[in-house]
Amino acid sequence: MATANDIAMKQVDAPRDGSVPVVAVEDLRKAFGNHKVLNGIHLSVNRGETLAVLGRSGTGKSVLLRLIIGLETPDSGSVRIHGQDIVGLALDRMGEIRKKMGFLFQHAALYDSLTVAENVAFPLEHHKKEMSRSERGDRVKQLLAEVGMEGDLAKMPAEISGGMQKRVGLARALVLEPEILLLDEPTAGLDPISSGEIDDLILKLQRERKMASIVVTHDLHSARTIANRLALLDQGNVVIEGKYEDLQQSDIAFVQEFLKQS
Amino acid sequence: MKEREGTAVAGLSLPLPGDESRRSPSAVTSASNLIGGCFEWFGNLGIFFWRVLRAAVTPPYEWRELIRQLDEVGSKSLPLVALAGAAVGVVISLEARYSLTRFGAKSMFPATLVYSVVQVMGPIITGLVVSGRVGAGIGAELASMKVTEQIDAIEASAINPYRLLAATRILACILVMPLLTLAADACGLMTGWFAQSMVEPLSLHQFIESGFKGATFSAFLPPTFKTAVYGLIIGLIACFQGMRTRGGAEGVGRAATNSVVLASLFLILADVVLVKFILVVFP
Repeated sequence: MATANDIAMKQVDAPRDGSVPVVAVEDLRKAFGNHKVLNGIHLSVNRGETLAVLGRSGTGKSVLLRLIIGLETPDSGSVRIHGQDIVGLALDRMGEIRKKMGFLFQHAALYDSLTVAENVAFPLEHHKKEMSRSERGDRVKQLLAEVGMEGDLAKMPAEISGGMQKRVGLARALVLEPEILLLDEPTAGLDPISSGEIDDLILKLQRERKMASIVVTHDLHSARTIANRLALLDQGNVVIEGKYEDLQQSDIAFVQEFLKQS
Repeated sequence: MKEREGTAVAGLSLPLPGDESRRSPSAVTSASNLIGGCFEWFGNLGIFFWRVLRAAVTPPYEWRELIRQLDEVGSKSLPLVALAGAAVGVVISLEARYSLTRFGAKSMFPATLVYSVVQVMGPIITGLVVSGRVGAGIGAELASMKVTEQIDAIEASAINPYRLLAATRILACILVMPLLTLAADACGLMTGWFAQSMVEPLSLHQFIESGFKGATFSAFLPPTFKTAVYGLIIGLIACFQGMRTRGGAEGVGRAATNSVVLASLFLILADVVLVKFILVVFP
């Protein structure tokens, strides 16, 4: 375990072209009771970038994503989307921000009383009322084809595997054509082949759509495949942030231990 | 052995400083925790109700979900409510006939049955039956959605869960309860009349004429429409319990149980207040 002397906050400056980061988290803190989960996190993601957030289980990676989309409220600090601080925004106002974001939950969180097609259509029915039923149907079919689920439109979530549920969850996250994509452990619990397929899918979508993405994962191989930058969390802090090569060259003991065990 | 300071006064063992953490909480501490917990519960319920109310009155409205809930709460509860009402009608008929005969007031039977069913038993039986069926159903459904992150997914999709899930269910309960009560009343009166007719023939026409003789608006409509308040209680408590669930399958079970128990309890307490209110406003 890294000592207090070993852990130092290192940040590599993200590419700056004068534009405001799409997502910026500043001095974010969150505790549950006496347990401090996030202890002053600073992160930012630009358009077209994918940031992978790594760390041991229980280090607050999923909480970070939930804070960014506003499902949790930080104790202090700010979360800025296109420069606007979203902390404390009213629910309906936050809804306008969330329309620009897609979120893939760790266990997909599909609506179990709706079919696969209905799950993907759900955000469209609420936010794209100007679309006709056939237009919505075409869009759903197109997205499910992109994620390889075109043959399972009428199935219920309980009838498909975990990997297939994640694909449907990904399609649902993309249906409103978000600018920001948040993925919580997209390959957790999947076999290596399915994990590879999900990684390839995410890469393909990134190349086509140029979203700002944050992927929370403990899978270093997956992170190296899909991310431009990696950030490693430990004890509520970002220990290091940069490319994989920066992590390899780091002299921080925790970083080396993490790379060795992954 | 050296005696510790502060002990052994007249044979009593007095606590030493620092011993408090090792003792079980006193009755006063337990009572104050309970009272504090109750205030916290009511406070959270009030905040939840405010959020639902705000969501319900601001567009976009969830008409499709409301219609679905009207079917779920209303049409699917009808058979059970009708059966309960029918059973109550028979019971009141048998009991009333016996009592009225004893006191030489058999001619009062139709009015007794009508007033008993419509003013008292119909509303409360409907409320308790719906509290059991609908309260448990809503509580369990929303609790299951909560523990599987489906409610979070709804919120992450920029849809207000208070509007989509809670407001529609609560409004459906409010709208449907008076109608279900009328159905229970009708079934109760029919079976009550039928039970009486088996013993002593009484035409339906005679029964209705003498039962509703001298009936006024204030005698029948307020008791029926007070069930809208029952609907508010059932829907609000079931949604509140469901949407704040934690703890997996055990939490879902607890939410369903608490929904029924608390809704039934508050419904009965509300009846006391509402009856008094109706008597004052509609003398």
